[in-house]
Amino acid sequence: MSAFEDYSARRAAEIIAAHADREGALLPVLHALQHAFGHVSADCVRVVAGALNLSRAEVHGVVTFYPDFRQEPGAKRTLKLCRAEACQARGGDAIVALAETKLGLKMGERSEDGRVALEEIFCLGLCASGPSALLDDRLVARLDERGLDALIAEARA
Amino acid sequence: MSVKIHVPGDAAAVAVGADDVAGALAIEAARRGLSIHIVRNGSRGMFELETLVEVETPEGRIGYGPIYADDVPGLLDAGLCEGGAHAKRVGRPEALPFLKRQTRLTFARCGIIDPQSLDEYRALGGYKGLERALSLGSAGIIEELAKSGLRGRGGAGFPTAIKWKTTAEFPGDQKYMVCNADEGDSGTFADRMIMEGDPFVLIEGMTIGAVAVGAKRGYIYIRSEYPHAVAAMDRAIATARRAALLGAGIAGSPHSFDLEVRVGAGAYVCGEETSLLDSIEGKRGQVRAKPPLPAHKGLFGRPTVINNVLSYAAAPFILAEGAETYRDFGMGRSRGTMPIQLAGNIRNGGLFETAFGVTLGELVDDIGGGTLSGRPVRAVQVGGPLGAYFPRELFDTPFDYEAFAARDGLIGHGGVVVFDDTVDMRKQARFAMEFCAIESCGKCTPCRIGSTRGVETIDKLAAGLEPARQIEILRDLCETMKFGSLCALGGFTPYPVMSALTHFPEDFGAAKRQPEPAE
Repeated sequence: MSAFEDYSARRAAEIIAAHADREGALLPVLHALQHAFGHVSADCVRVVAGALNLSRAEVHGVVTFYPDFRQEPGAKRTLKLCRAEACQARGGDAIVALAETKLGLKMGERSEDGRVALEEIFCLGLCASGPSALLDDRLVARLDERGLDALIAEARA
Repeated sequence: MSVKIHVPGDAAAVAVGADDVAGALAIEAARRGLSIHIVRNGSRGMFELETLVEVETPEGRIGYGPIYADDVPGLLDAGLCEGGAHAKRVGRPEALPFLKRQTRLTFARCGIIDPQSLDEYRALGGYKGLERALSLGSAGIIEELAKSGLRGRGGAGFPTAIKWKTTAEFPGDQKYMVCNADEGDSGTFADRMIMEGDPFVLIEGMTIGAVAVGAKRGYIYIRSEYPHAVAAMDRAIATARRAALLGAGIAGSPHSFDLEVRVGAGAYVCGEETSLLDSIEGKRGQVRAKPPLPAHKGLFGRPTVINNVLSYAAAPFILAEGAETYRDFGMGRSRGTMPIQLAGNIRNGGLFETAFGVTLGELVDDIGGGTLSGRPVRAVQVGGPLGAYFPRELFDTPFDYEAFAARDGLIGHGGVVVFDDTVDMRKQARFAMEFCAIESCGKCTPCRIGSTRGVETIDKLAAGLEPARQIEILRDLCETMKFGSLCALGGFTPYPVMSALTHFPEDFGAAKRQPEPAE
């Protein structure tokens, strides 16, 4: 997992400045901010709006439109399981159900201690090797119960 | 002399441990005092064999697969460096039926070369297309492309040359080339494979287009789920820039063109071209009403060509080898080859590039080898989440834009997802509606509301509440979505739903009956 920086207005301004001259800078800016701080906070939204000469509503609209951007800090580890058709055809639904049981979480929930979140994802482009998963940034395919156990153990470690 | 060993760096290989295999090989070879040189190639597209390790021998490349890190010591014991015998030795990959039966034009280099080596790209014909394009000039390039019969490989099948011509002829001092690499369809991975396994072919194709239309700037919009592809394209773009193949005065010509990768943020709808443009502009990825066409008023309101990865990647071959060579493959109005992606519950899954005209049955039974589970094939979804489900009775359908349309389906981006007889088609229909509801951009009502009502209706059907009435409502909803939605998300979601209902009525509690005639 990657450790995130604490938010500071100075760092945020620095990150924004690195991308502000690009055409249509908002998405690259938001990606860079989330990469640094782990989420796009209300503070970030305000600073971005000021720097890019947009209204806060416009920036908020974009942040909330895209599933990748989170407004609150995420769990320490996030396990994403593919729910798309090609993985369904290869037993993906059973893996999802197993993961929910083993973690005691439903899709979209995170553990009370904030260590693990379980999320759905639609297609990782590994459609002849599913079921597929993503633990933070790491891709895993050919997932079976043993592989899932290993992923869960790693996520909880 | 050191031995060259290929260990794919393709995401589908990495996801089954290719990095560990490469690491183990390096450590174990060093321990044994063997001199090896590991190349991280793209994938050959035979995913059951990943990680497919290939060693260069005097007899050609010899493959071993599927290899895991703990196979490595045994592999070296067996004489991997000399192509020695081993239980997982598959011989020369080109001789395997899955590869031998293909016609690889777009994927000619994928899995073979070091994707980041411009020299290797050039050694196998790379940049010959651009060279010829520069000598032909704008009108000549477009004429060549028109003669080739190339149609948009993203799914819509619109003639690529017409897009280029429209943009070329429209006045404007700033024009854009945009590549749609937001490959979100389940069952597809061809764009990802090309970007990871042969990134220069995409750069060359976009550059040819830029010369044709007079664009100075281009964007490749890649979904965030593809970080390996993003990294590969970024590196290749930097290499091309250093070699003066991007930037001012490309390849010694008066043309200037530069490229940049933009990363999406998890919205499926951004694969729709107009919402993709809005997303690059830094807005919510909402669909635009057409007209105006992107060719007239596209990115930042400027004339813009927007094509799929595979459309651009076909251009270098067409220019280098001539339109006739490409056009001679295919059937009817579907010319050339299609990189078909065999996925889901299939024994031999992977990338199968072939001329249009191969039947669905040949693809699934013959080439694909049936299901991985060994159970009978029941349904095949062609063309992604918005594509129709085909029953075995329609396996004689040839892979061709018009033939699929005539059977109320679409080939889309060429994804083929196989399901065995355990599939519940009512559940698949519900999933199609649910997916549309999750991914709808919200701009038009039929898509935004229709999909949610669709889920509810199928749930009522499942609960046995007035089933005949629910089916009637579902059909009506699909009609409204099909004809009333702004884009293909709402407009094509009825394909999987209606095909499931038409071909598998028994799963909806109705009697099995003859399919209705096409509309």
